[in-house]
Amino acid sequence: MDWALVLEWVIKSFILVMVLLTGFAYLTWYERKALSRMQVRYGPNRAGKFGLLQPIADAVKLIFKEELIPDQSEKILFILAPIVTVVPAVVITATVPWGPSFEAFGRTINLYIANIDVGILYVTAIASIAVYGIVLAGWSSNNKYAMLGGLRSTAQMVSYELALGLSFTAVILLAGSMNMMAIVEAQKNMWFALIQPTGAVIFLIATLAELNRAPFDMPEAEQELTAGYHVEYSGMKFALFFMAEYTKMIAISAISATIFFGGYREFWFLKNTFLSVDRFALLGPVYMFLKIVVLLFGMIWARATLPRIRYDRLMSFGWKAMLPLSLSIVMVSAVGIALAQINPLFKLFIPVVSVFLGFLTIGLVDRSLRRKVYEAR
Amino acid sequence: MRLVEPFLEMIGGMKTTLLMMFEKPVTIQYPEEKRQVSKRFRGRHELKRYDNGLEKCIGCALCAAACPADAIFVEASENTDEKRYSPGDRYASTYEINMLRCIYCGFCEDACPTEAIVLGDNYELTFTDRRDAIYTKDMLIVPVPQTGAPTPQVTEPGLFNRSVPEMADPQD
Repeated sequence: MDWALVLEWVIKSFILVMVLLTGFAYLTWYERKALSRMQVRYGPNRAGKFGLLQPIADAVKLIFKEELIPDQSEKILFILAPIVTVVPAVVITATVPWGPSFEAFGRTINLYIANIDVGILYVTAIASIAVYGIVLAGWSSNNKYAMLGGLRSTAQMVSYELALGLSFTAVILLAGSMNMMAIVEAQKNMWFALIQPTGAVIFLIATLAELNRAPFDMPEAEQELTAGYHVEYSGMKFALFFMAEYTKMIAISAISATIFFGGYREFWFLKNTFLSVDRFALLGPVYMFLKIVVLLFGMIWARATLPRIRYDRLMSFGWKAMLPLSLSIVMVSAVGIALAQINPLFKLFIPVVSVFLGFLTIGLVDRSLRRKVYEAR
Repeated sequence: MRLVEPFLEMIGGMKTTLLMMFEKPVTIQYPEEKRQVSKRFRGRHELKRYDNGLEKCIGCALCAAACPADAIFVEASENTDEKRYSPGDRYASTYEINMLRCIYCGFCEDACPTEAIVLGDNYELTFTDRRDAIYTKDMLIVPVPQTGAPTPQVTEPGLFNRSVPEMADPQD
């Protein structure tokens, strides 16, 4: 291990963290702007051109705000909880590849921090750590609303992690590897989102629940829990929770772009044109950025459209709809891959059957939610 | 069982929000862009003048009597032909409205025999001190019109001996 390699790692990590943190600041701006346009208003437009300085103004405000620590709280855990929440959100992107390798300064530069063979396992492992931060924040605040928010968050994350993990499994089966680079290269000819559309939809829904985003923002339901687990937090500690949520949004979008939408690779139909990443390696981060922006817009769009789900329905949706569906998706993927070895035409088996299963689930959910008609006696 | 319809319904909802993005925002950019107030809007009071510049207010304090919030204070003084502020015998030497007490009911406007006090269009009342909330006569009175002269005026004797003018029935 030479010093140049260490320096390269340090620089790459520094750039990634900086990009994530700046991205977090501007994601808040992006969300407020997009949400407000959907609500037929302008959104932030006072600080700077198009309100572009708004995140800076917010940051300055949050830094100078008074920080309260409740007298009856568990002080150490209370201070630790935001940190425990924010760190996984930042380190989760370590395995995401941002582009192919290229030659510069007389050495090969890889656009990832770590290319470990269990990349997806790493992502699932790190993603679940964040729940500790939230449940500790809820418990150490010594506040019943915070406690409820923390507990809800744990239950919700544990429930949706199953569907999330199983949709990962479908991708692993299709790619034949847990390595993120291998998954991206396996999508050279076709995105996994098109081979396994239901898997992609399950993944996107489950990530919304993992991120505590609307319509699954039960842990911080303002109307019921007065902001949930971070009700006692103020100033910079609150900002850390905020930062964790938005950094995780970026990270999860990067991961879903990687495993379902071709990662840093160009669109499959641009494969042999001059827009291919094989031609220009630095197009990789550009494609990644575009895909992340589109996926983030999807999350904001869902928040602008869908009302919050009732808590019992959230749980039954997770356990009774998402889990069986994702199990069957894994099954369908495995059977489809086995059949494709007999006849390549059977490759169509996976999208057709999984889309049918998806619609079947929608139909069943719809039927169970239908108001029951009771006959008069 | 409905398989596709619930999905299409959800897509329809998403489409609605997406299409709303392309509509012109309804926001009025307030400090730069102000809305027209309605015709009978009751904003900050104004003390009116006649075309010759004389004040309409004759210091009768009927507005103060009518005021349910006791926000108005009027002190009257004698007019002379050498120092004439308003037609008739007396004028308001002090006229103060406490804007923190005022409820903008418009009773003062109704009580005024000379249509001197009128609730205007200005709703941008801000102050940082309770003292600043008391608006004095200088702040309330409208500027002297083009055709008139500032008060006090020197007038011919016997010309302005009637304090309440001939008025048409109120139109609005």
